[in-house]
Amino acid sequence: MSAVPDRVHMTLRVNGEDQPVSFAPYKTLLEVLREDLGLTGTKHGCELGECGACTVLVDGEPLLSCLELAVDCEGREIQTVEGLASGTELHPLQAAFADHGGSQCGYCTSGMLMTAKALLDREPAPSRERIKEAISGNLCRCTGYQQIWEAIEDAARVMREGKE
Amino acid sequence: MHAFNYHRPSSVNDAAALAAKQAEGKLLAGGQSLVQAMKLRLASPSDLIDLGAIGDLKGIKVDGGSVSIGAMTRHAEVAGSAEVKKAIPALAYLASQIGDRQVRNMGTLGGSLANADPAADYPAAVLGLGATVVTNKRKIAADDFFKGLYETALQPGEIITQVSFPAPKRAAYVKFKNPASRFAIVGVFVADTGKGVRVAVTGAGPSVFRVADMEKALGAKFAPDAVAGIKVKADGLNTDLHASAEYRAHLVTVMAKRAVEAALK
Ligand SMILES: Cc1cc2nc3c(=O)[nH]c(=O)nc-3n(C[C@H](O)[C@H](O)[C@H](O)COP(=O)(O)OP(=O)(O)OC[C@H]3O[C@@H](n4cnc5c(N)ncnc54)[C@H](O)[C@@H]3O)c2cc1C
Ligand code: FES
Ligand code: FES
Repeated sequence: MSAVPDRVHMTLRVNGEDQPVSFAPYKTLLEVLREDLGLTGTKHGCELGECGACTVLVDGEPLLSCLELAVDCEGREIQTVEGLASGTELHPLQAAFADHGGSQCGYCTSGMLMTAKALLDREPAPSRERIKEAISGNLCRCTGYQQIWEAIEDAARVMREGKE
Repeated sequence: MHAFNYHRPSSVNDAAALAAKQAEGKLLAGGQSLVQAMKLRLASPSDLIDLGAIGDLKGIKVDGGSVSIGAMTRHAEVAGSAEVKKAIPALAYLASQIGDRQVRNMGTLGGSLANADPAADYPAAVLGLGATVVTNKRKIAADDFFKGLYETALQPGEIITQVSFPAPKRAAYVKFKNPASRFAIVGVFVADTGKGVRVAVTGAGPSVFRVADMEKALGAKFAPDAVAGIKVKADGLNTDLHASAEYRAHLVTVMAKRAVEAALK
């Protein structure tokens, strides 16, 4: 077996900015975001694909950063929770989660927000059923899902009104 | 994770050459099973050969009576494909029922088949439709592909390139799912192919299997009550914390009946 290189160097595009970064090639996207880019909003949960806490958007689609290798993401558009707000203004989803009590300990929240964002980017007026299906891969152990569904519905309404 | 070498070949030939050279290497598709297994230390490949940059392995083609799907095509693409929905709606529906959105955006057809998880959904469609698994070396009929628990006819380093699904006259897939992972506790794919009826069951046994008695009964009369009285034996079926072998045996009949109902709609 040939020696595994210590680090690879590449540019990852995160939240609209090119970020040169060097990291061990066997790291997951989750590890590189948190440890090498200092973006700790995305959470480590189960590490096995089951909880959705690590969800980020890659090319607009939600995926599990704990099962995605960072080397696989060169040239792709990565979005994390840090990129949601514009300056000091919260994204409507963030505001609605706060208003509706959609976040208690907050551990699942960044994953929930990103999955919900991918849904609303594509479907501005999803039904309750669609919302449930969309976030079915994101587990919350404290808030309960009711407030989260309501927050997403409210954010969808605010976003639709903002567009009119 | 442990240290490994990462390769990103741009052709099937290059990937096959790398796989031949690295005896302890593994092919990487969506990573939804392999990366998980690596974290659990169930797999520790020296090298990962990422198939993600090989354009030939992606995409969906419909021609004449069949749908060909590249091995690296993600579940979400199959679920959302207007062409698949038109030619084989049961196949698009099956893909839409795999895991959750995140998993469907990453998981691939080839990875699912090579992995041959006893509770995976795609094996039911491959066997139920009598599809052909195409590799870089040969074509393998569905009936010869699945060999047992996580075991297939693939040789070390052999790469699935695409799967060709013949369009049936009518078909449906129904699963009783594990509510957390959505893997099948029992899933039944029923297809009226024009050359006879095929019934494939996933989740119940160590590997997907056909039920000859049901196929015969449905061949004579394609209606839910034709299978309602046909039971499979619990011997050799899976028992785990979700369901006993007896319960799974019972579910096979119930799901088969519902699948026939759905196929008639
Ligand atoms: C939370 C969760 C829920 C899930 N729920 C379901 C479900 O409900 N139903 C279901 O069916 N599945 C489910 N899955 C599995 C998932 O759908 C993937 O299909 C599966 O993990 C394998 O596909 P992959 O592309 O990720 O392959 P990988 O994990 O990358 O690879 C799996 C194996 O296949 C080999 N391989 C990959 N591609 C090829 C190829 N082209 N040729 C030869 N060998 C190859 C690899 O070497 C490896 O051994 C779930 C997974 C997770 C994490
Ligand atoms: S940490 Fe990725 S799914 Fe749980
Ligand atoms: S707010 Fe605590 S897990 Fe969801």
